[in-house]
Amino acid sequence: MASPGTAAAPPAAPPPPEPRPRRPRTALRHDRADRISLALMLGVPALLVLGLVWIPAAVTVVLSFTRWDGIGGLDTIEWVGTQNYVDAATIYPPFEPALRNNLVWLLALFTVPTLLGMFLAVLLDRELRGGRIYQSVFYLPVVLSLALIGFIWQLVYSSDQGLLNAFLALFSNAPAVDWFGDPDINLYAVLVAAGWRHTGYIMLLYLAGLKAVDPSLREAAAIDGAGPVRTFTSVVFPALLPINLVVVVVTVIDGLRAFDIVWIINRGRNGLELISALVTSNVIGEASRVGFGSALAVVMLAISLVFITIYVSTVLRGAQR
Amino acid sequence: MTATTLPAARRRRIRPARAALHTFLVITALAWFFPVLWAVINSFRDYDYTTVHGYLSLGGFTLDNYVNAWDQGRMPVYFLNSLVITVPAVLLTLFLSSCAAFVLSNYSRRFNLVMLAVFLAANLLPPQALLVPLFRLYTSIRLPYWISESGSLYDSHMGIVLIHVAFQIGFCTFVLSNFMKAMPSSLLEAARVDGASVFQQYWKVVLPLCRPSLAALATLLVTWIYNDFFWALALLSSGDKMPITTALQNLQVSFFVDYNLLSAGSVIVALPTLIVFFLLQRHFVAGLTLGASKG
Repeated sequence: MASPGTAAAPPAAPPPPEPRPRRPRTALRHDRADRISLALMLGVPALLVLGLVWIPAAVTVVLSFTRWDGIGGLDTIEWVGTQNYVDAATIYPPFEPALRNNLVWLLALFTVPTLLGMFLAVLLDRELRGGRIYQSVFYLPVVLSLALIGFIWQLVYSSDQGLLNAFLALFSNAPAVDWFGDPDINLYAVLVAAGWRHTGYIMLLYLAGLKAVDPSLREAAAIDGAGPVRTFTSVVFPALLPINLVVVVVTVIDGLRAFDIVWIINRGRNGLELISALVTSNVIGEASRVGFGSALAVVMLAISLVFITIYVSTVLRGAQR
Repeated sequence: MTATTLPAARRRRIRPARAALHTFLVITALAWFFPVLWAVINSFRDYDYTTVHGYLSLGGFTLDNYVNAWDQGRMPVYFLNSLVITVPAVLLTLFLSSCAAFVLSNYSRRFNLVMLAVFLAANLLPPQALLVPLFRLYTSIRLPYWISESGSLYDSHMGIVLIHVAFQIGFCTFVLSNFMKAMPSSLLEAARVDGASVFQQYWKVVLPLCRPSLAALATLLVTWIYNDFFWALALLSSGDKMPITTALQNLQVSFFVDYNLLSAGSVIVALPTLIVFFLLQRHFVAGLTLGASKG
């Protein structure tokens, strides 16, 4: 695992030498200039990644064991051990709904959009009249930000001016539903909007994966008399293993990172609690509870690191081949 | 790609299965396109008209919503902010990540995998996990006032550019190093024989060959950075400095009373990404699947 501690080592080390120069070096000065440029070319990007991503992530872990208002000097930091984690689990009411909502979010993304995206990719991975148009329509939402998607779906969901209620009013006299406001249903309403975007993304990933599947595999299956369903379940799907892993990781990470859409709707309250929104409101909100917010962030960090590790090791193994 | 290019497919009679497939796809596609279409339609309709006749009516078409959204939403200011953040961030990310990829794929055998892992993993971390230390770091880095009005990295466009670069370098380095590894090593050998320095090898030999990957990545980065909501929210405090995506939050107040105005505002904000979608579709798809298909 790429823990911040070990990660800090590489850039500090001198740049590695050129692999076995075959001809005698022409000029030593030229060689030194090259070493400097190599060091800078790798060192500057590495410094940015370590300094602005990994080291802050490590500091967050440390801060999660402290109490601090974030404004006072570093000497005002008070060491409290695991108190923040205990508090989060016991006396912080939004924590449990946030965990539950994140889980619902993840399960929902996995069931409908991921399966639908895969299904659409299978349907569209063939010569089909208008195939490109279908593809374009399905991935159109992928280019939109989730914040904007929250805006656009407001037009459908609004309790007084929304399309959905206007439509429902044609059939019944039931009182208008506040789709984004009612804490019993707003999570699902938001998930429809988020799934709308996720489906297209998953479809694209599977379309790329399906193109890479060796066509002779399918031919062999067809010769053996396998129908399209059988061919997919027994031959194509197993060959998609790497892409399946990528899809699992992408979905988990997206599920954990989900933030914009709930923040734009109601700042992640009232039925839309997510861990990402809790962290943000604890840190940039009026209360500014740094240690406590960090403890919540570490929960996110821990879950995502598991999946990041799986992803990175899979992808790098593939790249090494 | 379509069946029209295949005479064999045309000659065959349309089978029921194919008809069912098309019916399913048409219905799903229409449902998918509908929310965007709905926003576009309503953006052209007069508020007074829809208030009286309801949204399930026809008529009252106008362009006023666009004019009002543009003015009342102070769109020019926010768009300029988005531009000032996105362009340098994309260029800097591509430059730095191609540098790193060049070194990692040609020179550094030993650190190659470790560094790639560190880079790539950084791209996937939840941004909220870095928020507190970054906030503190940004407020404590002092900058001269001619660079940042706030006097620190916090509440400056430069700070937002830097965090985007740091976050996106990982993915781009990974994609580019895969691409560079596939280049024949004889290219660099030849350049070395001609006495080219390391930087010349990178700038004159390798980089021009990376153009397709760079185009795909640039398209993707423009979309991602333009769409960012969180970093500007967390690391900027003045409303005047917000990029358009984050400014949506403030626009809510003025827009949510009039849904036709809201529609027009949404369409305006979506426009740059929609242009990417229509004009650079090939690059966007290529970029999105670059990292994944390698796995």
